[in-house]
Amino acid sequence: MTITVLYFARLREEFGIAEESIPFAAGTVAALLDILRGRGPEWAQQLSAECNYRVAINQKLVDVGAAIKAGDEVAIFPPVTGG
Amino acid sequence: MKISVQENDFDAAMEIAELRANNARIGAIASFIGLVRDNNAGDAVTAMTLEHYPAMSASILLDIGEQAMRRWRIEDVTVIHRTGTLQLGEQIVLVAVAAPHRHDAFLACEFIMDFLKTAAPFWKKERTAQGERWVEPRATDEEARQSWIDPTDISGR
Repeated sequence: MTITVLYFARLREEFGIAEESIPFAAGTVAALLDILRGRGPEWAQQLSAECNYRVAINQKLVDVGAAIKAGDEVAIFPPVTGG
Repeated sequence: MKISVQENDFDAAMEIAELRANNARIGAIASFIGLVRDNNAGDAVTAMTLEHYPAMSASILLDIGEQAMRRWRIEDVTVIHRTGTLQLGEQIVLVAVAAPHRHDAFLACEFIMDFLKTAAPFWKKERTAQGERWVEPRATDEEARQSWIDPTDISGR
């Protein structure tokens, strides 16, 4: 299946990408993060467990145990700082 | 409820006039305006750029406003958040709450801001003499949000 992954703010800059479509076998956010961390040291560091970032599926904040379905929009971003 | 995420500036007086129009039950309006301040974390700030997650930012502001309307006796809410590049002194955000009485208006206004600061997907990048940098979240913002979460008390703090 294919999913869309979006990156914002610091993560968008560090990864040099704002949006991508990637093939993903059904699984959790944790499984997706594992795949992304495998892309290289920058990805592994920015998405390490110690780093502070949030994940949303279809615009709703979720935790790493949440399941991702085909066609989902997954967004990964740093803690928000608006207002 | 009016929720807007926009690049353009807003006129708070006009927004408040609109908020209270044709509703004689309103006896109090509390509002908050956030501005681009000239310093942060010890450095002079000259401008900032606000990035957001367009598909999510307005919908979460609506959700926060609806939570406030369920929790307090309020008549209507306006939330406007700007994006893009903002210069020193420019307006960033407006929250205005109309209610029969001031207590509900004050509390709901602060509640909306505390949740906006910690849940709405906006990110500030500030310009300083040393270059641009992403603004770090403040622990006090998260503490402020947590202070509203008390299952034994649904009326206020």
